Amino acid sequence: MSRENHPLFRANQISKWYPMGDVTVHALRGIDLELYPGEFVVILGASGSGKSTLLNILGGLDVPSEGTLHFMDWNLSDSNEIALTEFRRQHVGFVFQFYNLISGLTALDNVRLVTEIAQSPMTPIEALRLVGLENRSLHYPAQLSGGEQQRVAIARAIGKRPSVLLCDEPTGALDVKTGAIVLEAIARIHRDLGTLVVIITHNAAIASMADRIIQLSDGRIAEIRENNSPQPASSLQW
Amino acid sequence: MMSARLRLLLSDLIRLWKQGIAIVALLACGISTLIMSTTTIRSLEASRDHYYSHYRFAHIWASLVRAPDALLEQIRDLPGITRASGRIVRQAILDFPNSPEPITARLVSIDTPRFSPTSHSSDQEKNKDHEFHQELDDLYLRQGRLPRVGSLTEAVVSELFAQAHQLQIGDTLLANLGGKQQAIEIVGIGLSPDSIYVVQPGLLLSDNRLYGILWIPRENLEAAWNMEGAWNHLAVELENESDRYKIQSQIDQLLAPYGGTGSIHRDDQESHARVRDELNELRTMAILAPAIFLSVTVFLIHMVFSRWIMQQRERIATLRAFGYRTSEITWDVLQVVSVWIAAGVLLGTLMGLQLARWLSELYKAFFRFPEVFHLPFGWQWILAVSLGAIVATLGAWSGLRQIMKIPPALAMHSGALPSTSTRWLASWTQSSKLSAALSPTLRLVLLRALSNPWLTSLSILGVSLGIALLILSSFFEATIDRVLDHQFSQSQHFDFQLAFDEARSISAIHEVSQWTGVQRVEAFRSIPVEFQYRTSRERLALLGLDPDSQLLKLLDQNNVAYLTNTTNGLIITSKLAEKLDVRRGDRIDVQVLEGEQRRFSLAVDQVFENYTGPAAFIDRVSLHKLLREGDRASGVHLTIDPHYQNQVYQKIKDSPFVCGALNRQATLANFRDLLGKSTGWMRFVNAIFAALIMLGVAYNSALITFSERARDLATLRVLGYRKNEVLWILLLELLAITLLAIPIGIPLGYTFAYGMISALDSDSHRLPLVIDPRTIAYTLSVVALATALCCGLVARMATQLNIVSVLKVRE
Repeated sequence: MSRENHPLFRANQISKWYPMGDVTVHALRGIDLELYPGEFVVILGASGSGKSTLLNILGGLDVPSEGTLHFMDWNLSDSNEIALTEFRRQHVGFVFQFYNLISGLTALDNVRLVTEIAQSPMTPIEALRLVGLENRSLHYPAQLSGGEQQRVAIARAIGKRPSVLLCDEPTGALDVKTGAIVLEAIARIHRDLGTLVVIITHNAAIASMADRIIQLSDGRIAEIRENNSPQPASSLQW
Repeated sequence: MMSARLRLLLSDLIRLWKQGIAIVALLACGISTLIMSTTTIRSLEASRDHYYSHYRFAHIWASLVRAPDALLEQIRDLPGITRASGRIVRQAILDFPNSPEPITARLVSIDTPRFSPTSHSSDQEKNKDHEFHQELDDLYLRQGRLPRVGSLTEAVVSELFAQAHQLQIGDTLLANLGGKQQAIEIVGIGLSPDSIYVVQPGLLLSDNRLYGILWIPRENLEAAWNMEGAWNHLAVELENESDRYKIQSQIDQLLAPYGGTGSIHRDDQESHARVRDELNELRTMAILAPAIFLSVTVFLIHMVFSRWIMQQRERIATLRAFGYRTSEITWDVLQVVSVWIAAGVLLGTLMGLQLARWLSELYKAFFRFPEVFHLPFGWQWILAVSLGAIVATLGAWSGLRQIMKIPPALAMHSGALPSTSTRWLASWTQSSKLSAALSPTLRLVLLRALSNPWLTSLSILGVSLGIALLILSSFFEATIDRVLDHQFSQSQHFDFQLAFDEARSISAIHEVSQWTGVQRVEAFRSIPVEFQYRTSRERLALLGLDPDSQLLKLLDQNNVAYLTNTTNGLIITSKLAEKLDVRRGDRIDVQVLEGEQRRFSLAVDQVFENYTGPAAFIDRVSLHKLLREGDRASGVHLTIDPHYQNQVYQKIKDSPFVCGALNRQATLANFRDLLGKSTGWMRFVNAIFAALIMLGVAYNSALITFSERARDLATLRVLGYRKNEVLWILLLELLAITLLAIPIGIPLGYTFAYGMISALDSDSHRLPLVIDPRTIAYTLSVVALATALCCGLVARMATQLNIVSVLKVRE
């Protein structure tokens, strides 16, 4: 964690609303936030609190309706679809709740899908080694357990050496034990590569791993907590 | 109240509307081509049969030089003959006031109504005309009336000829009757059952501008050719056709002393044979085109259906867990298909009936009947519905079997293991050096294609069939072009072929060569003969040509020339060789059917393959020797100086011995015009149909890929793949299917085309299968257009990919 550095993300009063027929749904209301290189951040919130919307905006899948979001000097809130794609391509690693592996491709090929389009990627086998699956590189998703699939997804996300790893409920579909292994893999990436990790979850137990915990409620930041003694994933219980 | 299951069904129908439209459209194409062909066949057959029976179409005809009326009585007395009529049939050159070129007409004598010429009531006259009948091959009057007794210069003209020249009742034209120019007034426009299709002797197709029929009072033709109390053309009606061979030989014997050249049966009658050939062509199309469409529809239903059931596995399993029977669920599924099928059959039937009407209109350029019956209600409806049901069942079958196999407790897989072939490909690409060359997207496309090889093959086959249909609907033009080019540009080098009224001496040839503007004249001798080899017999005209003949060359399909001077024997076409079952070197008996009816035998020196029917050629001098005659000609070929064209035209019209003229350039131009008009429209309809097949299959395949891969594609987008990279995955598959279908579809199309050509192989012509780059270029352009359209649709679909929403749900 290096808070002295310039922030990687700088959100200034960002709001997001969606017109739904006659009513407008406010997903985010005036979020101010700075995220730094090497940080491990957990965003907590109940369903509908706006955490997914925030993750989508941070990941360049969406733009705020109001306010500005900068990635270093890059104004993401003002970027078009093409620019956002380039942003994701070069800087963002995504981990999904349901892994989203491509079933027809082996673990190795799933990782290669990303390393082959990135500018300075690691080798696919290196990425798999980082999640401890180098021996299962030729297995298909259907031949892997849920936890293993999620670890392949993590390998795929970090293969490009992203600036930020965004994880959307990474343990949401897993049991406690498997979830812990997946979280351990994420922690290792964070430790070894120094990547900014942002996890969104409704699982408060995960928060004890983080350097900072951001509590979202009703589209606003309800609380930001510093955690001076992050816990290892293996010690987590939920 | 609507049941929940029915509501589900409706929502499925709505959700699958794109696939539904494709299935309905393809089925409609298949059913409509079927209805179009069968309805047209039925209507043409009914129109023809009605015409034949009401206007007493004869069974047997015979040409001769001249026979007395008394002989007709003798023929009528033959057992098995119900009617016989003796006519005078001649050929003559016509002179139209506004048309410089000479036009040839067949003149047919008719008996005229004998009533008082002082009668003034026109209605009454018309009625009387209609009550007056020719004994056989009776005239149907479309307009006007029959010539009256005593009004020798009146005539009825054939309908298509009148139309080509915009002739009206009351118009006058000049005809060279037996060497004398005579003004003929048109009093009627009509047709007869022996001239539904009119074609000038020696030509492949009808040319209604340069050749027509005039029905002229018998007395007029008698006077012009000194035929009082005589006739030269016989038509006979039989009581029972099973006696035809016996009766034909009796007639031939009776006519032989009068210059009879042998009787012909309906089967060989030009007009009848042409209509029959056309109906056969329609029958071939009635099987081939619907078969293509319906098989593609089966594929498509299969594709859409299997995919839909895969998606609905959980729902079906849940319903089964609730206690629904498999039969109930199957019935639901069948209802969805039956909605499409019903819509396709209905739409196809309506389209087919409309197309049949248009086709009938198109046929009017070639065939004329007094009336065309539209018979839309027949067995073809039952056929259409049954075919629809069969298509639905075949297409849905494998899907339905899948339903039966779905267990009520369906395991919740996170994804199926890829097929063996996919895994093989994966290990191959990883181990081989190729892996570096294959981009991940390309590998994805390959994997996707191989993960469902059955679907991929069906898509390729479906598009191939569309391409085949394009070839099938457009190859004919190149074939006709080749035949026309071979006949009119390679073989024939004359401007005119003139037929003499009888074999003329050298002085006639000399006279023609003296006409101003004539550059080269070559004589030919044509004589009716009967060839016999073992038990095979064939009647035709033996053509004697000069050894150095430049204006008519005997060329085979490869334009290799055969010369008559290298041989004393026969040069025959392969079609004749086939019919007589002779080979080079065999000797054939030749019975001359004219003059002294000589008999001799000749060796077959050459057999050559060309596009005409049976034909035989010999050196002219050798022929003269065999006939023991001097230098004589049945006609001449000539080239003219274009500057003197009109002078030559006038000479032809005025000549006392020229009775027929064939203008090579004009005939060729008329053929092209007629073919262009008739094939263009069908080609357009077929191009749309074929494009629909390709769109239906390729687009559906892309739709399936998209629905199966939406989640993967969205994932790729999130991972940083650009829009065009993701679109490329979809398009690559589409393009690969199309590219793979081309080398299958084109040969397949030509195979169908060969089948069609073989079905059309008739006595009068043999058509070549021409693989023309233009046909392929045209096919590929339509393919490219359809593919571009399909790519556009897929691109639109890909832009609608909602990244975030796709990712939120579990697959």
